[in-house]
Amino acid sequence: MIHRTRYVTQNIAKTIVWMAALSTIGVMILILFQILREGLPVLALHFFLDPPRVMGREGGISTTIVGTIALTFVAALLGAPLGVGTAVFLREYAGESRLSHVIRFGTDCLSGVPSIIFGLFGFVFFVIYLKMGWSILSGGLTVAAMILPTVISTAEEAIKAVPYSYREVSYSLGGTKWQTITRSVLPNALPGILTGILLSIGRSVGETAAVILTAGSSLIMPTSLFSPVRTMSVHFYILAREGISMKVAYGTGAALILLVLLTNLIAQWMINRYIRRRS
Amino acid sequence: MSQIKLAINDFSFFYGPLQALKAINLEIKSNEIFAIFGPARSGKTTLLKSLNRLTDLISQTRHTGTLLLDGTDVYDEEVDLVRLRRRIGMVFDLPTPLPMSIFENVVYGPKLGGITPKNRLTEIVEKALRSAVLWDEVKDRLHTSALQLSGGQQQRLCIARVLALEPEIFLLDEPCSGLDPISTASIEESLVQLKKDYTIILVPHNTQQASRVADRAGFLLSGDLIEVGTAYQMFTKPRDKRTEDYVTGKFG
Repeated sequence: MIHRTRYVTQNIAKTIVWMAALSTIGVMILILFQILREGLPVLALHFFLDPPRVMGREGGISTTIVGTIALTFVAALLGAPLGVGTAVFLREYAGESRLSHVIRFGTDCLSGVPSIIFGLFGFVFFVIYLKMGWSILSGGLTVAAMILPTVISTAEEAIKAVPYSYREVSYSLGGTKWQTITRSVLPNALPGILTGILLSIGRSVGETAAVILTAGSSLIMPTSLFSPVRTMSVHFYILAREGISMKVAYGTGAALILLVLLTNLIAQWMINRYIRRRS
Repeated sequence: MSQIKLAINDFSFFYGPLQALKAINLEIKSNEIFAIFGPARSGKTTLLKSLNRLTDLISQTRHTGTLLLDGTDVYDEEVDLVRLRRRIGMVFDLPTPLPMSIFENVVYGPKLGGITPKNRLTEIVEKALRSAVLWDEVKDRLHTSALQLSGGQQQRLCIARVLALEPEIFLLDEPCSGLDPISTASIEESLVQLKKDYTIILVPHNTQQASRVADRAGFLLSGDLIEVGTAYQMFTKPRDKRTEDYVTGKFG
């Protein structure tokens, strides 16, 4: 009798976790399917290469692709070293000091702040106060601040996961603290750190609220860091929100998904290759 | 031959409120193998790690007394930690190859010291691996990952990695604890050969190992150095009752 109840419990539990997993995947597939079904037919070479015309109703999305890549690049270039540097400081230098608690508390709070608030901050500080205007730089700086908490916490976890013995060995062989960090700790934490940076890149590519307030929504091809741009997600938002063209909106959405997918695939491939080379 | 290399005077060591070593007095001579043995948690590893100040990595530790290396206290403010650790090399109880190639593992230390010419590094690698009796087994795959070596090979690689720095004193903390008898034998063989050029302080895997390779030995119990003597005397007719009980297996 007991045997039988156990058997039933086991099966119920199995069904529940299967259903949880399947519905998660189901929702994901549904979203992807809808966007790709509407968007893929729009995608053609000229859609990627032509600049938008008539507010984006006609033409392609070339300027928004450039804008997205430029802004994400700036955000990652600023956010990643700052974040990794902070993580190294927290784990290798600060110890369990009051300062490290304050920094951790700060980053935890930052990661819960809605992106529109970052946008508002970026608008007031970078765009207005520092007179950078709506630009790739203002947007990149704002998004960099936004992704910092993620970069810091993932890098910290990755650094924490490096065995103590690697550090001890490095010191015992006459390594200084800095040599130990750069030659023993960071190379072993790199895959984890890169995964965190990758997550952040995904987030900056998709960010809309903070970007629309800081990078503007210009459809003109940017020429410098101080040019205003419209990123793909902002483009998508404006096209759909203002009823300009659902067709182009879906096309932009599909292109955005493909861009994120491609970035992830390439990065994963590089990370795996790095891990394989080392073991 | 019988020159004093290391003089430990009234040395005590504390982890916070916990006293791990109690007023140790001990002299280690050049070119001898000195075994420090005793039950678990008796302070053996602490004694080794305080010699090259790896204990500095742990917070809230303090010490009293002196550790004189060639007459200079290793805790002297003037001491350069990097140089000290190059003079006193250490092999840990578990093989700790870094996740890189065999070659890169051996040159890790020399490279930290700023040696970069490729042919110089190649020489260092061959010499170190030969001294650690590992060269013949790995000479054709120096650039493959060190993690693919067997446990015994990994430990000999760790020995080679320390030898590449040409230290003066060699600390080995139960270097054979995870190894099979054949690997253990080859490591013991290399230790006896290394004695010609180095002073070796060994925490042996067991008393048999101590009696096989050591010239002299010291028995450590709960942070007290109970007795010091030649290995033969220590393991055949110990003077102290506690040493005798431990050596004959009454506790431990």
